[in-house]
Amino acid sequence: MYTFIGRRLLSTIPVLLIVAVLVFLMLRLTPGDPAAILAGDAASSEQIAAIRASLGLDRSIAVQFGIWSGNLLQGDFGRSYFYKMDVTQLIAQRIEPTLALATLTILIAVLVSVPLGVIAAWRFGGWFDRALMGFSVMGFSVPVFVLAYILIWIVSLKLGWFPVQGYRRLADGFWPFLHHLVLPAITLSVIYIALIARVTRASVLEALGEDYIRTARAKGLPESQVLIHHALANAAVPIATVIGIGIALLIGGVVVTESVYAIPGLGRLTVDAVLARDFPTVQAVILLFSFAYVLVNLLVDLSYVFFDPRIRY
Amino acid sequence: MDLQTLSVESANIARRGSAWQRLQRDWSARIGGTALVVLVLAALGAPWLGTVDPTLFDAASRDLRPGQGGEIMTLDGELLKHKFLMGSDSFGRDIYSRVIYGTRVSLLVGLATALLALAFGIVFGLSAGYLRWLDGPLMRVMDGLMAIPAILLAITLVAMWRASLVTVVAAIAITEVPRVTRLVRSLVLSIREEPYVEAAISLGTPTWKIMFGHILPNCVAPIIVQGTYICAAAILVEAILSFLGVGLPPDIPTWGNIMAEGRVQFMAYPHNLFFPGVFLAVTVLAVNILGDGLRDTLDPKMAKRV
Repeated sequence: MYTFIGRRLLSTIPVLLIVAVLVFLMLRLTPGDPAAILAGDAASSEQIAAIRASLGLDRSIAVQFGIWSGNLLQGDFGRSYFYKMDVTQLIAQRIEPTLALATLTILIAVLVSVPLGVIAAWRFGGWFDRALMGFSVMGFSVPVFVLAYILIWIVSLKLGWFPVQGYRRLADGFWPFLHHLVLPAITLSVIYIALIARVTRASVLEALGEDYIRTARAKGLPESQVLIHHALANAAVPIATVIGIGIALLIGGVVVTESVYAIPGLGRLTVDAVLARDFPTVQAVILLFSFAYVLVNLLVDLSYVFFDPRIRY
Repeated sequence: MDLQTLSVESANIARRGSAWQRLQRDWSARIGGTALVVLVLAALGAPWLGTVDPTLFDAASRDLRPGQGGEIMTLDGELLKHKFLMGSDSFGRDIYSRVIYGTRVSLLVGLATALLALAFGIVFGLSAGYLRWLDGPLMRVMDGLMAIPAILLAITLVAMWRASLVTVVAAIAITEVPRVTRLVRSLVLSIREEPYVEAAISLGTPTWKIMFGHILPNCVAPIIVQGTYICAAAILVEAILSFLGVGLPPDIPTWGNIMAEGRVQFMAYPHNLFFPGVFLAVTVLAVNILGDGLRDTLDPKMAKRV
């Protein structure tokens, strides 16, 4: 098993490397001279040349990639053109809201979608099942920002339950923090619930057709026991997989949700940096999100061993 | 599969009729298809649906409520009486006209992105699946592309290239190509073992002809289904790009642009967001439902899995 974990860890390295190359090339092949942008409008061509040399931009693209990735490994993402500070520092300031939003969203999504999916599979073809499948198609189709404004309109403006926008740091107290975070997290969790509920239903449905379910029922186990310990437990692997894959959806949703709810996180930073053409920041945020996605899916793969003792690598 | 189940299976297939007949009986396909036909007609017939030029604005008609009457100045300086069915925005533009014309952009982006992503995905997937030496390197690049969250990739590409219809379509298509490649590759890997492929190889058929003439036609059903889902996703992403301000230039009437303009005044004038939002959601829903219908009728194996 340790060799499996080792091999799986090693296999993520090429993916991360390719992501780094793609992100590097994407932004380095952009029209516009980073040295000229950094130097500002009033700079002379000698000053620009000096900056170019200090950044290594006058060397071949392979050497540039070497310098850039070497700095990355030391946690140095370069300097933001727009915010005039180190990107690493910038990210450190902005990471808390995004982590909080993502964690709460995943929590809500899993707690809601898994029971829904199990019940739908249990009552396969019934009204609940059909309602859930209908909801799931809707969840995939209603854009997250449309949903956000509908929820703000009803829950915040008409009912006054939650603040319309904004964010409070965890350091300012837990309840204000949670109060500002709940509505964005609910908004963001809808598409995720649709996805996980669908897969939970399908895989529990498949497990329910197995012989051991018949055996469990025949020996008189209560239905809840059959559903949870026998059906759901055997459906855990595909559910874990879809939670991992769904992280990509979640990251896309974070960008939009943070923008609508005015949350000063990484998603909002991405949009602001793109609009300001602040490429070092854009590069760093994309890398960070992509690496997070790859690493979460690595953890999901490793969790199979825990969910399914039959899997012995 | 023994002979008996095989004959039962084929009898079932015969009873179900041709794919087209089955599609016409499928409720998802009917509903989604009908809604889409209506939207396509609205897009094509936009000038004759009581609209004005969607770029016209009139300071006297700013922020009108839905249904209010007002006037709007044409480019020739002619003052038109106009009923603002969906209200007007803060420049005094007619939301109804912008929403109807926005249908054109959304449907065009959806269709063009799907075709572009499928074209590249098919070529890459066929190559990776059939030319074994290409499989490793090509799929690693696809893995890398897939690891970058789609919306982030699209936002960055559009920002780098300067936004236009072509760059938006290309950027969204790039995010979808890896998924199509994976799908086609997995289909090719099983089809290449079929006896008819072996027969073609032993007859000395050129490789490109085996790939496009023997293998590709047998992948068509899942590819069409995937194409519909890409179309729905592309319409969504285009709207998100416009909404965030990185998509098509703001004077082009797209649903995302109308909503981006309206979000500032959301509390006072929610109609700016409501109408384009409903059109967007209904369109994406229609395409997704049509996709489900196509999946159930064209690709029963996949329908059982999901």
